[in-house]
Amino acid sequence: MDALSTSIIDLRDVVAVYNGYPALAGASLSVEKGEIVLFQGPNGAGKSTLLRLCAGLLPVERGTAFVLGCNVQDERERIRSRVGLLGHNNGLYADLSIADNISFWASMVGASQIEIDAAMSRMGIDGSLASRSVGNLSAGQKRRCALACLIVRRAELWLLDEPHAGLDAKGRDEIDAILREASQLGATIVVASHEIERAQHLATRNVAVVAGRVQERS
Amino acid sequence: MNSTAVRSVGTPSTRLFGLLAIACMTWVVVGGLFFTPADLNQGESVRIMYVHVPTAWVAYLAFIVTGVASAMFMFGKKHSLGFDRVAGASAEVGLMFMAITLISGSLWGRLTWGTFWEWDPRLTTTAFLFVTYLGYMAVRGLGGSPQQRARRSAVVAMLAVLEIPLVHFSVVMWRSLHQRASVLSTDGDIKMDGLMLTTLFVGVIGFTCTFAWLVSHRQRVMAMRDILLATQLDSALNERIAEGSQS
Amino acid sequence: MSTSPNIARVARVVAAKDLRIEMRSHIVVQQVLPFAGLVMVMFAFALDNDDVLQRVAGGLVWLATLFSLFIVVQRSYAIETSDGALDALRVAGVDSQGIFLGKSAALFVQLITLELLLFVLAVVLYQVQLSLAGLVLLVTCVLCATAGLAFVGTLYGGLTAGAHGRETLLPLLLLPVVAPVVLSATRATESAFLSGGAVLADGWPWVGVLAVFAALFGIGGLLSFGALIEE
Repeated sequence: MDALSTSIIDLRDVVAVYNGYPALAGASLSVEKGEIVLFQGPNGAGKSTLLRLCAGLLPVERGTAFVLGCNVQDERERIRSRVGLLGHNNGLYADLSIADNISFWASMVGASQIEIDAAMSRMGIDGSLASRSVGNLSAGQKRRCALACLIVRRAELWLLDEPHAGLDAKGRDEIDAILREASQLGATIVVASHEIERAQHLATRNVAVVAGRVQERS
Repeated sequence: MNSTAVRSVGTPSTRLFGLLAIACMTWVVVGGLFFTPADLNQGESVRIMYVHVPTAWVAYLAFIVTGVASAMFMFGKKHSLGFDRVAGASAEVGLMFMAITLISGSLWGRLTWGTFWEWDPRLTTTAFLFVTYLGYMAVRGLGGSPQQRARRSAVVAMLAVLEIPLVHFSVVMWRSLHQRASVLSTDGDIKMDGLMLTTLFVGVIGFTCTFAWLVSHRQRVMAMRDILLATQLDSALNERIAEGSQS
Repeated sequence: MSTSPNIARVARVVAAKDLRIEMRSHIVVQQVLPFAGLVMVMFAFALDNDDVLQRVAGGLVWLATLFSLFIVVQRSYAIETSDGALDALRVAGVDSQGIFLGKSAALFVQLITLELLLFVLAVVLYQVQLSLAGLVLLVTCVLCATAGLAFVGTLYGGLTAGAHGRETLLPLLLLPVVAPVVLSATRATESAFLSGGAVLADGWPWVGVLAVFAALFGIGGLLSFGALIEE
């Protein structure tokens, strides 16, 4: 019956171990399509582990976890191609240009040039910026390039770990606008952040992560 | 807590292997050093054989055990960590026997051939096996989750099964194409009488039992460490839940 | 997700990406090629005898290739790990067999370029002679040996890259495995050069060993690469 659930994320009493430590100690959560959910909580509360678990990177020790209708325990491969996880690294090739990085992911999934152009214009990446090497870009430009890669990959669920970290006020506002637009176009977005006042107005729902457990707050 | 406290140091099987090893080793020491005769060509140095041949056999046995246990881990449905522990324990103990083989072999070579080292295929392959296993142990020490460690080291052990025959084959081919004047005054063949043969055979059994005894103890220690980690995880989990309900 | 056309596409995209990075950064051309050339010059200094150099030229070329292999493999994975790109590929569920083949192919192309330079240097610096039949043997030998080196380098490079920051382990793991390649390729190259009274026909069985090596580790790598980089 769980498999028939329409929720994008559906966790029941999940325990997960990261580096030999029970980072998740019985987390329950459900996220619906099109939501922008904010995980907030202090460092070490289990936010990053929760994102990694939803991306199919960690085994479920106890409890049940369904993401995009697939069981995290034994259908991890099917989840991974549809989920985009953006952690502390951007996962970009510093020696390649923005355009090269985006078209690398585009040819990975067979996306067309039209999709590439659309992703770049949504990220505000114009011709002269696109040909610059990623290694020479600012933190905000790198983050926008990484988000453009998620778009051409056609990720349905975006899991973002501290997406505002290292950005100035303008960069943060740009990221917020991009995320709102992506959610209007059908993507489901989960953001982990410890800067509550910054990310709160972005989210449609706030969730507190405390000591490896999830407490819903409206 | 009680169940671990009651556990004794040995099991019936380790005690059996241990007793057999002591009995055989006594025979090898007494027979090998005092009762067996010296060889016509090699003289007293032939006695090294009673250690060298059995340790070489055990070294290769350990290599096979590690390879088979790694394959059982990889291809088993459950990916049981028990096989990984056997593979790791066997490699550790095998490494020690390989070192004894190499040292006793080069000492024997110095006495018989006049050199510590010859580019003999068996010698060269054993040396490569030794270095490969040093690498294997380093991979085991890389860290990560137990499953990750087991997966990595199993792959390395199975690649070694590809590598070692290729090394041996290419060295054999190399030596057979380069016909140089041999410094070997003897190719190591020894005319053995009944007592020598028996002592060698008892030595093989004794060293094999020592290997089995060490490996079963080592993998038991590894299993206990895993149990300890699991208990620590449980208490950490309970602490974490308590911490959450207080706030 | 794991159909064979997908493996081929991933391999092509990954190989093109690695080569494009080299085209833009010139690390191999500007740093590894001069290093390998210098190693050849240093051998000439150390051995200091034209007859000896001519006789051992084959071995020196393959030793210089081996030293460069460590650097090229480390570079090949430094681009993947510096900003978590390999993690991103893994998280996105990109086919690991495709990644293995793609990175091997890019490594193959870079190593072939390097060996071309080393053989030209051997002819110039060590006064090696080469007949047409010798050239055929040499080219076959280089292709088979380089395929083996590329597969093994990609495989063990992936293992050490997956264990963050343990690249120092690479030479210890790689050296015993590539020993048969160095031995066989050296003997085949000596036959091709006819150095030290070597006979041309003796070289071909060694090429056979190299082909078997490349095939075994190519298949072994395809089957095990995913397990090595998986977390």
